[in-house]
Amino acid sequence: MEITPVPEIRNYTLNFGPQHPAAHGVLRLILEMDGEVIERADPHIGLLHRGTEKLAESKPYNQSIGYMDRLDYVSMMCNEHAYVMALEQMLGIEAPVRAQYIRVMFDEITRLMNHLMWLGTHALDVGAMTTFLYCFREREDLMDMYEAVSGARMHATYYRPGGVYRDLPNAMAQHKYSKYKSKKEIDKLNAARSGSLLDFVEDFTSRFPGYVDDYETLLTDNRIWKQRTVGIGVVTPERAKQLGFTGPMLRGSGVEWDLRKKQPYEVYDKVDFDIPLGTEGDCYDRYLVRIEEMRQSNRIIKQCINWLRANPGSVMLDDHKLAPPKREEMKGDMESLIHHFKLFTEGYTLPAGETYAAIEHPKGEFGIYLVSDGANKPYRLKIRAPGYAHLAAMHEMSEGHMLADVVAIIGTMDVVFGEIDR
Amino acid sequence: MSDYYNKLADRVRERFGDRISDCHVQYSQLTVIIDKDCVLPVCEALRDEDDFLFSECVDVCGVDYLEYGDGKWEGPRFAVVYHLLSVEHNHRLRLKVFLDGEPPIIDSVTSIWTSADWFERETFDLFGIVFDAHPDLRRILTDYGFVGHPFRKDFPLIGHVEMRYDEQQQRVIYQPVSIEPRINQPRVIRDDHRYVDRASEADENTGNGDNASA
Repeated sequence: MEITPVPEIRNYTLNFGPQHPAAHGVLRLILEMDGEVIERADPHIGLLHRGTEKLAESKPYNQSIGYMDRLDYVSMMCNEHAYVMALEQMLGIEAPVRAQYIRVMFDEITRLMNHLMWLGTHALDVGAMTTFLYCFREREDLMDMYEAVSGARMHATYYRPGGVYRDLPNAMAQHKYSKYKSKKEIDKLNAARSGSLLDFVEDFTSRFPGYVDDYETLLTDNRIWKQRTVGIGVVTPERAKQLGFTGPMLRGSGVEWDLRKKQPYEVYDKVDFDIPLGTEGDCYDRYLVRIEEMRQSNRIIKQCINWLRANPGSVMLDDHKLAPPKREEMKGDMESLIHHFKLFTEGYTLPAGETYAAIEHPKGEFGIYLVSDGANKPYRLKIRAPGYAHLAAMHEMSEGHMLADVVAIIGTMDVVFGEIDR
Repeated sequence: MSDYYNKLADRVRERFGDRISDCHVQYSQLTVIIDKDCVLPVCEALRDEDDFLFSECVDVCGVDYLEYGDGKWEGPRFAVVYHLLSVEHNHRLRLKVFLDGEPPIIDSVTSIWTSADWFERETFDLFGIVFDAHPDLRRILTDYGFVGHPFRKDFPLIGHVEMRYDEQQQRVIYQPVSIEPRINQPRVIRDDHRYVDRASEADENTGNGDNASA
């Protein structure tokens, strides 16, 4: 029998990243391709693995708060929030109500920051430059809020067990006149910064819905944007649950699930907001969900501002076993000095046991699993990062799609390697 | 919340009986400890039965109990901890399985929850716990060719090897760590006398309370 020669068919293996601008950091993807169609996508992660969990095991509890900022480095305070909540659960304490409102307000400010970063880069990956510039303009204002309250634009270390580091400041930093910007421009920037931080935030919330409208004009009905996102990376609700999706990824598939509503923490049960849901579970729906989330966050921030204006008070528990005493007290009072020294050298102990604290992070469910053996440092700290579960679905979401769609799918997942690699 | 979880704990006890070695509620969270042989049937029941419907496996991680309580731990060295979430019923459950042996082996739950795939790979990578019947058990977070399991308690924080670029060989090479194992580790306190009630509790347990002075 004669064997007819079969033409040799060979699949390509394509290496994508880790230094690719659309890889959102350090994602290395090994793509097995049939022509331009993806047959298998294998993400290689860990290039940013710093062993945060192991490092935390050798430090008193409070010294790890700063590490939390550096996990998901575009939603810093939300990471801190989950960690601080886990500590508070085990210590059996609750922050003063004012601190809880401040936390909710800053969680939502963080959500805006994160979603603006996501929107800008996602649109840039898909080919829209303008949105990126717009989003980063607004992020600048949000970072000013971070700076005003904590002194750092990004890595705030602002939340502490028992409250927040300090109350909202009454003045905002002003821009200085320089030869690089005209006086008129500087005056315009400083006009909103003449009052307190709350005035500045309020001014921002009144401007922000207009900005979101701007982004929507650029994208929502844009033919190219829709061609690149509609029907791409479809996930059914059943699969989304199987794959461990949370946050906007799960809501984009039409599952009504938001920890802020379902398992409310802090004062989320006292503020009014809606959860947007998608229907198709594709990239476009997830885009719409996140856009609407920004509007809802803006609503929450407004409510927090009103409450915070009307209710001054303490933002930290008056327990010097957990919170440092005032500087002035330390100068004159021996007891305070001892407290300060003990707190910053040894910290405090947690009862033996374990807890899991989860919050609705901008990307999904961010959880801290904490095991304590009764010492002043964690025995085991496990960080449950939402992006980790999402990226694990890379193969399932991109199989059968074109190479260019991989970029849209990475964008829609909102991956940040600080939290995935930990 | 605690009441709800106490009732759920009763339902779990009733359903699984002696397959559960412990079941308790702490901080309004339910922890169920099961034997490693019945992981698959219990997980499947937890996912599918109407009382539980844990449709999401939110997290899988390992714990190494080698130095727990300053070496007072008696029992299996490792634990695998599953965090389950039911979107339908809005409740959570923590499933814990203790493991011994080298390497510790446990059945993979990837056939029940797809999301367990990467979480189990991570647990394998960091703790060396082997998941039987896992489809693709490779390292995930550490470097290609990494030796050891870094989150085990007997793995030093500074590691064993460091990496640098070698001029002569024109490539990146690995060499034994040259830095001193200098860890700024503060004094570990366990009996915190600042909480009087807890200190007295510790006294009863250990019969050693004379170091509780300010």
